[in-house]
Amino acid sequence: MFVTTTDDIPGRTITACHGVASGSTVRAKHAGRDIMAGLKNIVGGELKGYTELLNEAREEAYQRMLDQAVQMGANAVVNVRFSTSSVAAGASEIYVYGTAVTVEG
Amino acid sequence: MIDLIIFLGLITTGYVVGQTLERRHYRAIEQREAALLALPTTSTKRSFGTVPPGTRSELVQGACCISVDYFKRIAASLRQLFGGRVSSYETLVDRARREAILRLKEGAGDAHQIINLRLVTSSITKGQRGQVGAIEVHAYATALYDH
Repeated sequence: MFVTTTDDIPGRTITACHGVASGSTVRAKHAGRDIMAGLKNIVGGELKGYTELLNEAREEAYQRMLDQAVQMGANAVVNVRFSTSSVAAGASEIYVYGTAVTVEG
Repeated sequence: MIDLIIFLGLITTGYVVGQTLERRHYRAIEQREAALLALPTTSTKRSFGTVPPGTRSELVQGACCISVDYFKRIAASLRQLFGGRVSSYETLVDRARREAILRLKEGAGDAHQIINLRLVTSSITKGQRGQVGAIEVHAYATALYDH
């Protein structure tokens, strides 16, 4: 499975297009992480808990997009984009989308 | 009175610890950036030169979530009275972006070039009075491998 952020796949030819594949997930942070982040707000620095949480969420959304692309009969996803939006206080939505295609070469 | 002591305590802690952490972080960033300087990275959609058939391309990512310290938050809210450059937030986004790009490059393994780098910045927590408390930067790109 090839996944790229570019329009095409370098060194390979796209032979068929199957449409847009996407995946999303909504995650909320838990209270423990919030307390740690509250303390971190005093001295500044990286909020490791949040970084991990968002990475997990992105991984899940990404996996859902790949599953959808496979269902469409694609073997690659091109022009992948990520977006984050906050749907409620303390919860954010991660959305990943790309074009499912078949490549040869 | 107690409120004032707590406030001054928080500001001092924020300033001393925050500045130390930031300097240490910048030193680490500069070292790691120097080590990864040889890896060509662009935000263009096309790759450098001709890519041989059989090249493997892969999506690579890096993310970093950073919060400002208490001192900087106060300094920034004072700045909002007069307007102008808020340098305390400039270093915040700068650190987060550079760290995210470094993580992306470190996760790319033996890629020979990285193309179409995209950066997304989002504010994840709102501080007091709706100020930015912490930001998250997500960097993603396409890495090209020889095999």
